[in-house]
Amino acid sequence: MSELRPALVSFLLLTVVTGLVYPLLVTGISQAAFSDAANGSLIREGDKLLGSRLIGQPFSDPKYFFGRPSATAPQPYNGAASSGSNQSPTNPALASAISDRIARLRALDPGNQALVPIDLVTASGSGLDPHISPAAAEYQVPRVARMRNRPENEIRALVKEATEGRAFGILGEPRVNVLLLNLALDGKRAS
Amino acid sequence: MNQLGALQIALFAIALTALVKPLGSFMARIYQGERTWLSPVLGPVERGIYGLCGIDANVESSWKRYALAVLLFNFIGFVAVYIIQLAQGVLPLNPQGFAGVEAKSAFNTAVSFATNTNWQGYGGESTMSYFTQMLALNVQNFISAASGMAVLVALIRGFARRQAQQIGNFYVDMTRSTLYVLLPLSLLLALALVSQGVVQNFSAYETVELVEPVTVQSTQVTQQTIPMGPAASQIAIKQLGTNGGGFFNVNSAHPLENPTPLANVLEVLAILLIPAALCYTFGRMVNDTRQGWAVYAAMLIIFLPLAFGVFSAEQSGNPRFDTLGVDQVSSATHSGGNMEGKEVRFGIANSALWAAATTAASNGSVNSMHDSYTPLGGLVPMWLMQLGEVVFGGAGSGLYGMLMFAIVAVFIAGLMVGRTPEYLGKKIEAYEVKMASLVLLLPCVVVLLGTAIASAVPAGTGSVANPGAHGFSEILYAFSSAGNNNGSAFGGLSANTPFYNLALAVAMWISRFWIMIPVLAIAGSLAGKRNVAITAGTLPTHTPLFIAMLIGVVLMVGALTFLPSLALGPIVEHLQMIGKG
Repeated sequence: MSELRPALVSFLLLTVVTGLVYPLLVTGISQAAFSDAANGSLIREGDKLLGSRLIGQPFSDPKYFFGRPSATAPQPYNGAASSGSNQSPTNPALASAISDRIARLRALDPGNQALVPIDLVTASGSGLDPHISPAAAEYQVPRVARMRNRPENEIRALVKEATEGRAFGILGEPRVNVLLLNLALDGKRAS
Repeated sequence: MNQLGALQIALFAIALTALVKPLGSFMARIYQGERTWLSPVLGPVERGIYGLCGIDANVESSWKRYALAVLLFNFIGFVAVYIIQLAQGVLPLNPQGFAGVEAKSAFNTAVSFATNTNWQGYGGESTMSYFTQMLALNVQNFISAASGMAVLVALIRGFARRQAQQIGNFYVDMTRSTLYVLLPLSLLLALALVSQGVVQNFSAYETVELVEPVTVQSTQVTQQTIPMGPAASQIAIKQLGTNGGGFFNVNSAHPLENPTPLANVLEVLAILLIPAALCYTFGRMVNDTRQGWAVYAAMLIIFLPLAFGVFSAEQSGNPRFDTLGVDQVSSATHSGGNMEGKEVRFGIANSALWAAATTAASNGSVNSMHDSYTPLGGLVPMWLMQLGEVVFGGAGSGLYGMLMFAIVAVFIAGLMVGRTPEYLGKKIEAYEVKMASLVLLLPCVVVLLGTAIASAVPAGTGSVANPGAHGFSEILYAFSSAGNNNGSAFGGLSANTPFYNLALAVAMWISRFWIMIPVLAIAGSLAGKRNVAITAGTLPTHTPLFIAMLIGVVLMVGALTFLPSLALGPIVEHLQMIGKG
């Protein structure tokens, strides 16, 4: 069967090139040039791992800034099974989930009558979003300051440190890294 | 629409257009066998492959042998992916100890990756070992894209040659696509992505201590898993090869798959890069670059308004939330809009641009959850797929699909003026029009028939996640995606069931290979024809008039075929959402 040999042999050879040589080459260069990024951008304290700068964590204690709601199962921010809610805009369950989240935010901060920024009450695409918008952080500043008995300006300064702008002033959206911010609130320096 | 968002979409179109000529002319040189600056490194590899395979690179074949080689080669790939998944439990590079994949799911995934669809019925980080990801899925990412590019090149030769019997050597076209185009671009993109934070290693998953433990069903969770693996190398080619199957479950919404806005813009450019540049390659190979630019213009003119349409729909947010006390209006400190299923770092503009690009191309990767889009925001990606994946489309397959529409467009123009139609100096006769019609209509049949069956049987409707018209949209989206080899999903649909695994696999298989065969038949038929002289009566095919004709035919076929089904899904849901239902 003269047709079979080129099909089979070229498949095997290209499997070696694209499935073995190529990923090994990328791994070799990456580990040499970008070892922190290639290994998950982990945050260390001594030999303890506190998290990844790129993966959000669940926060529900009002002394911390809350991140985006997460739809992963069984627990929120489950790094082993990323997932969005996949709820449609007309699904009544979505509207009622958003109402409940707003009610909780309002109950924790009764004096705050501002509208809640939408990203703070909608589930992220990955369920692991490490960021909230600067508006969503600002909304929570009075609550966190009160819970920690610290002046709001001090909290705002920490928010500013955890804020990243648009790349080159244009790309993407400004954002606040919730885990880094909360570690800073606890006096831990991410390194 | 916020202005910075609109500016980002405009800049994207400019950057893409700027890359068309350099990459397009490079690819033309590769396919014509010319030496390039990569030849000293890759030339020996290329010749070594031909030597071991017993291929003489100078021997070309007829369209039938070319088609046989495509089918045989891709069938071997399908079998390999299927077997590796079943056997991964006993294979190396499996630090998480994943068992073999369930047979029907493995079958679906094998078809999905061999057909360049890369529909995902599984969650990568909870199912696939590193061995499977690299040696099964990653390999298909390369060679299924290269197969599409090879078929396109064969079709272009059909236009360019006069009274020839041969249309090229599949193994040469496919090997060159892989070695000279896909590999170098993937290497560059993979390293750029790692620098932004995409993981690339062979470690077991890391475990970190949560700052604040959570209690779920009365058990306390104190730790979080951080998934690892050789992700960047796979993500680069899944974007460049219009594949789209993610390393992780949520694809490019995952922060370790797409960590920053810069990574995002590189990935979304990579989606359209090769399909766009191939337009120029086509122009070069038929010795009239204006022909290539005309096709590119038609694609861009369809794409841009639709991309802005998604952006506008998503930025408007959800009127049902207006009374709840949320702020959906964009400002300097937040993007506002419909943020359910979207990531903060991308906001509305970059999510909408991606949704349009990934469905215009047959890529199917996502950086936000399309199932949670507003009805009109979700209608656009669905319709872009239903147009037949010809607005950029797949690597190779997008342009050969668009050239079928061009054949139909010159045929219709010929009918209007009563002349035998010609395209690129070749008479278009009954045989070509029949084959082109087959290519146009087959996916439509697959999509509509599949949707109809799935909507009628409990095995189909039982997988629906959202109530009402949106549930129907989930089914329609799934078959539009599989039937046009896209691979994105309204993710709420539980598609990892025996019914969907088999039904969608059949849809993917038909739409890939039963289309390649008529395309190659046209290539063979055109190659054998003599050139007709250009006269005053010839319809020029590089003018705005022809571009408008081509766009008209694409949109007419898409609208007439799918408007009724779209009316039952997203349009009803839109009326319900704004309270007029």
